[in-house]
Amino acid sequence: MENLQHTDTIMQSTKVIEVNKLVKRFGHFTAVDHISFDVEKGEIFGFLGANGAGKTTAMRMLCGLSKPTEGKGNVAGFDIEHQSEQVKKNIGYMSQKFSLYNDLKVWENIRLFAGIYGMKDQDIKEKTALLLEQLHFEKERDVLVKSLPLGMKQKLAFSVAIFHTPKVVFLDEPTGGVDPATRRQFWELIYDAAAKGITVFVTTHYMDEAEYCNRVSIMVDGRIEALDSPQNLKTAFEAQNMDEVFQHLARKATRKAD
Amino acid sequence: MSPFLSFIQKEFHHIFRDHRTMLILLGIPIIEVILFGFAITTEIKNSKIAIFDPSNDIATQRIIERFKASDYFDVVQYVHSSKEIQQVFRQNKAQLVMAFDERFYETLLHTGKANIQLIADATDPNTATTITNYASSIISSYQQELMGQNKVPYQITPVIKLLYNPQMKGSFNFVPGVLGMILLLISAMMTSIAIVREKEIGTMEILLVSPMNPLAIILAKMVPYFLLSCVNLTTVLLISVFVLHVPIAGSLGGLILVSLIFLLVSLALGMLVSTLTDSQLVAMLMSSAVFMLPVILLSGMIYPIANMPIWLQWLSNIIPAKWYISAVRSIMIEGLNITFVFKEIMVLILMFVILVAISLKKFKVRLE
Repeated sequence: MENLQHTDTIMQSTKVIEVNKLVKRFGHFTAVDHISFDVEKGEIFGFLGANGAGKTTAMRMLCGLSKPTEGKGNVAGFDIEHQSEQVKKNIGYMSQKFSLYNDLKVWENIRLFAGIYGMKDQDIKEKTALLLEQLHFEKERDVLVKSLPLGMKQKLAFSVAIFHTPKVVFLDEPTGGVDPATRRQFWELIYDAAAKGITVFVTTHYMDEAEYCNRVSIMVDGRIEALDSPQNLKTAFEAQNMDEVFQHLARKATRKAD
Repeated sequence: MSPFLSFIQKEFHHIFRDHRTMLILLGIPIIEVILFGFAITTEIKNSKIAIFDPSNDIATQRIIERFKASDYFDVVQYVHSSKEIQQVFRQNKAQLVMAFDERFYETLLHTGKANIQLIADATDPNTATTITNYASSIISSYQQELMGQNKVPYQITPVIKLLYNPQMKGSFNFVPGVLGMILLLISAMMTSIAIVREKEIGTMEILLVSPMNPLAIILAKMVPYFLLSCVNLTTVLLISVFVLHVPIAGSLGGLILVSLIFLLVSLALGMLVSTLTDSQLVAMLMSSAVFMLPVILLSGMIYPIANMPIWLQWLSNIIPAKWYISAVRSIMIEGLNITFVFKEIMVLILMFVILVAISLKKFKVRLE
């Protein structure tokens, strides 16, 4: 009995993101309207929605960039409203805009962000060598990031975002502008990270990417209209693929995209 | 390495890898200080003067000697008739002709009065006025000497009164103004662009999500640009002293202290600009074009603040350059000790604190 209870508490504590009726208002405009969901450790959680549905606002609250108007949220075990500094230490972030410095070399970018997250010089050195080897970037170590092709930059940006082994990594449309082949390579990195126990929270426009997620939530007008595994969603909406599911839900939107 | 140091190192990489910008940032002050230093001056040196001296006596000789000794005039020609005077101007040989009365000294001794005619080429009215003023002042000084010797009131009349400070120290006044303007504009531009650039390329978001706190980000941005500004300060001071020949009459230490505080204020001003805009272009326009006019017009750099209407005088108090220029004039030109610019230093420190506080507040608001 005691043992079972013990496993029970472990099960509970594996929720890396817990969101309860989170609201964000800007004046009279409710950008995020009572959203609630949990994300498990090591899960790949897709966060979908049309432009203006409130994805970015919700994600900014989870990253501690913006304070919720109402509701509660926990990320990596810390309250997003009152412990945002702790939250920031335990997450990684990669944005749709470029996340690395073009005028720094590959290794300098790695060292900079590792330094900002407080890693020790010795650890940074060892881990950098390992990472460059895994990515087959050994030759590019001393190359300025601006001369890398886009696909390589994005792989590097992702690797930098998880370099300090955060509990959660937030990816804001990470694969924008990349061809499907490179996108698949990128997703291999995401699977690797998830296998190591890093929770992945990803927003995307590409519905083929939504299929790669363990679970997907779809936001419409600030609310979460659907949340389940891609397979279950397709069954529930009698759809061939995620695109149909998305179209079905997004049609209900009254809010205009910005 | 601590997060703060990693960040400063990154900033230096940005600066050193962008050769063109670095060259501009370090080169502009040199060019500007030289251009402004030479261009903004009301002093006219080595004006060519021709002399018509039918009297040729002891008094006219003395006066001519004085002109020859002056830096402001080169005696280029003696003319012997009024017709020749016309020619001198037509052929552009001189800008000023000084014509003595016949029997100048005799008339002066007997009647106590004598006339000198100053004929200037007034195609450039400002220059003409200035050089006739110089000439009158030289003549007056001779008159003073004569009166001192004899205690008899002699009067030599080029009626134009002495309008100018005979030492012409006024020209030095421009250099502190130029220092203030250049340091303010360059420093403000550097920091504002550095921060706004991160917003523009999107890396600012990454920094804000990181555990680094906003104050550390701002300070880490300021450190490299502060050092760069110090390089600029050194070059403009060296140019002022060795090229423009403006002596540092007061304490060098005091001058440097005031300048460093002023640099901090300028950098903080740039920071404030960066929180108000998201585009490098707007940041650059704001910190150059928008700041330049108030700095030039209201800082006392060119136009004396005391001559302005009260409300403009009041407004000039919020221009940091005004306080800096006033302090530099006191130390550099008047040779005063640092305790005399205590007020200026306090005002600048206060401005720095206020600017940093506002920028930080604005910076945080942006996160919402």
